[in-house]
Amino acid sequence: MLKRRVIPCLLLKDGGLVKTTRFSDPVYVGDPINAIRIFNDKEVDELMVLDIEASRRGREPDFGLIEQFAGECFMPLCYGGGIRTVEQAQRLFALGVEKVCIQSAGLEDMSLIRRIADRFGSQSVLFSLDVRKGLLGGRSVHRHAGSRAESRAWRSVIDDAVRHGAGEIVLNAVDRDGTMKGVDVDLIRKGCEELSVPLVAVGGVGSLADIRKAVDAGASAVGVGAWFVFYGPHRAVLITYPRYDELVALLES
Amino acid sequence: MHVAIPAIQCGNFASVVNIISKAGGTARLIHDPKELEGFDRVILAGVGAFDFGMACLEEGGWIEPLDRLARGGRVPILGICLGMQLLCRRSDEGVRPGLGWIPADVLRIEVEPGSGLKVPHMGWNTVKVMRPNPIMPMDGEEQRYYFVHSFHAVCDEPSDVIATALHGQPLTAALGRANVMGVQFHPEKSHRFGLALMRRFLEWTC
Repeated sequence: MLKRRVIPCLLLKDGGLVKTTRFSDPVYVGDPINAIRIFNDKEVDELMVLDIEASRRGREPDFGLIEQFAGECFMPLCYGGGIRTVEQAQRLFALGVEKVCIQSAGLEDMSLIRRIADRFGSQSVLFSLDVRKGLLGGRSVHRHAGSRAESRAWRSVIDDAVRHGAGEIVLNAVDRDGTMKGVDVDLIRKGCEELSVPLVAVGGVGSLADIRKAVDAGASAVGVGAWFVFYGPHRAVLITYPRYDELVALLES
Repeated sequence: MHVAIPAIQCGNFASVVNIISKAGGTARLIHDPKELEGFDRVILAGVGAFDFGMACLEEGGWIEPLDRLARGGRVPILGICLGMQLLCRRSDEGVRPGLGWIPADVLRIEVEPGSGLKVPHMGWNTVKVMRPNPIMPMDGEEQRYYFVHSFHAVCDEPSDVIATALHGQPLTAALGRANVMGVQFHPEKSHRFGLALMRRFLEWTC
């Protein structure tokens, strides 16, 4: 039987690894290659690396750095950040990246997803959406500073990406990012309703029980950031990942 | 051990080259079928559609020399993912004939509506090894591998099935006969399980 995947989500900024809280205040947590080596040794299910600055600054992916990442990964690697063309995606695949994650360019023009999926298959292209809660409790698409606001309902944007061939959806709960205070079960449930492709739930995991809650809400995979890089009340940097037998006991009972 | 990887199309060749060197061998992408002679084993890797894969083999002039190696029985050949499917006769995904070294057809994966199972079969799955073979141990620790595929091979001869993975129904995870083996999963992305498989492939003599 297929396993539910637990995926460390690493954020890149200026070539270093950072961790944000609610998408702000990036804290430097170390050298990405070192972190990726440790995660590889811990036999993580998959790894997601997102460059949080690339699109904002109009930069393309740092291919040299990503090639080094891929050389350390004996598990699937997903990369996102600054991908605007099929050629860039192709170059990433040739370096040993399995999946590319599209966000900004997709929000502007979903046909990029279609063009990548047609050439390399839907399994190779993910669409990622950041959703935040408003003051009145309604949810909307979060876009980074400087880009135009998204007026469409968040769920219809996801359906649009799937129609364009996205093989997986990455759903980020902005309000939970970096907090380790629990996942947004309601958001995950709504995201998974009638969704034909796997959903990766990201944001808020601070315990094994949170991973289980995300899975019970329908997620095929759970992305974890802060909880896998911080330890203790003072958030000291320590890279961890649950043991395989812990995950089996958690997810297959 | 020197492994030739025909550069038939874009794909994760870099990952395959990486794991072979980690397993103690050397691998090289080759662009000309004439180069096949200098190698002691061959890996057919790649992602993409079945017809595209066969078209690349044909246009590159690979089919006849590979056929000779497969039928010669001496050089171990391993197909990975699409590379495994190309070893079969045909596929629901396309109209071109496959290499036909293994009597099997590649069919679309069907799942029961409402079962919650998705296609592609994507992620980590455990496998059941069906018979002694050169690349996967029968006993010992549970083996798990990373899969991504929407089509699966169905063999005429049950003895050609080396391992299966359960996804609503048992799907062929590995197949083979004589010097030709294929795996549906990605050993290059399956941690120490894939590494162990690659070491066995490098040690295998026909």
